[in-house]
Parts: sequence; structure tokens; C-alpha cells
Amino acid sequence: MLRVPAPVYAEIIGHCLRGLPDEACGLLGGDPQAGVVVRSYPTRNVAASAKLYTVDPGDHLRADRDAEERGLEIIGVFHSHTHTDAYPSPTDVAQAPDPAWHYVVVSLRDTHPTVRSYRIQGDLVDEEPVVVEPR
Amino acid sequence: MPVEVRLPTVLRPHAGGKSTVTAEGSTIGEVLADLVRTYPGMAGQVLTEDGTLHRFVNVYVDDDDVRYLDQLDTSVSDGDTVSILPAVAGG
Repeated sequence: MLRVPAPVYAEIIGHCLRGLPDEACGLLGGDPQAGVVVRSYPTRNVAASAKLYTVDPGDHLRADRDAEERGLEIIGVFHSHTHTDAYPSPTDVAQAPDPAWHYVVVSLRDTHPTVRSYRIQGDLVDEEPVVVEPR
Repeated sequence: MPVEVRLPTVLRPHAGGKSTVTAEGSTIGEVLADLVRTYPGMAGQVLTEDGTLHRFVNVYVDDDDVRYLDQLDTSVSDGDTVSILPAVAGG
């Protein structure tokens, strides 16, 4: 389960929409034990592509430092799929950097964005519920 | 000289769960080689078999990405902080 405060959930979707026509991406800062996102770190997609994303390494470094200062950890990544389902692509699975992370995929295919989260361990992809917590 | 090395969460289990460790070296290559000698579980995840920087890892000396400096020959000084971060990408 991944718990996301409503304002952070909105930030994630907003960043993905602003990234169009390219994929957008960002990191999630929070409590790894509790599966709670505390803040999102929108990052640049240096791939600048509608089909691929690469989190800007400098943005990642800054996010990592900020999280540490706040007593948080980077617990996952979110990215958008501009025209496909909110499900990890083969590329997402192959390049997942950390089996402990949460992988959030935001589909912008339809009028209303769809947000889903997954755990990816090796080739295994398991969806987990996303619980949006009220303000 | 000893430098502080910040580890990403994916490598911390190989260092007993520590987020920051110390490694010796005057270049990034020496620091990473020392890191892998001390924590053999990291072998193959930071450096490739031929001793080059793994392409799915980003290494910083303070705020500078070593790929834009001298790669593994980038010098490190007393007081520098080396940060290792995984490349985060997909499609």
C-alpha cells in the first residue's frame, strides 16, 4: 500500500500534465517502513521524450539531500505514460533501480489521469493500492 | 585520504544498513575500488568487470557529476563528500 497526501497526489498529476507532450518524472520522499509519501520531488526528464524518461541526476542529488535533511528517504519514483496504460512497461521493469522502491505510473491517455503504484522485484510486478489521504 | 561516501538505499544492505561509510582514495576510482574491497557485496553494482563506472550509477563529488569531470580519475580531497545514486529511468 502507498499512502499519499492529497496535495502531494495533486502535485504528481500536475507535474505529469505539465510535462506533456513528453513523459514526466519525479521522486517520492517519505517513510519507507510505513509506505507513506511525505513529499514529491518533481524532476526534469533529461530524455525529453514521449516514450522514455531519465530522472535528471542533479535533481536526484538535490532531492536525496533534501529528503535526508527532513529525516525522509527517497522511497520511489513516479513517471507518466502519455498514451499507454498506468502499468510498468518492459523498460520500466528492466531498469527499476531499487526493489524496495514504489513505482508510480500516471497514465495521461484518457481525459482523467489514472494513477497506480507497483512494487518491482526482478521481473515480478505487483500492484499495490494507492490511498490518497485527505488534507 | 578518507572520504565520506553516501550510499543509495539499494546498496546499504551490503554495508550493514549504513547510509554513509568511509573509503580511502585520492581519485574516485580508488575510492570506489576501496568501497568494493570493504563491501564485496557491492561488486558489479558500482564498477563493471573491466573497472569502469557502471552506466546505471551516478557518482558525485560534492555537487559535481564525475562524468563531467575526469570520470574515475576525478580527484577527491579531504572533506569531499562522494554521493552514489542509481540512474533512474524507464519508459
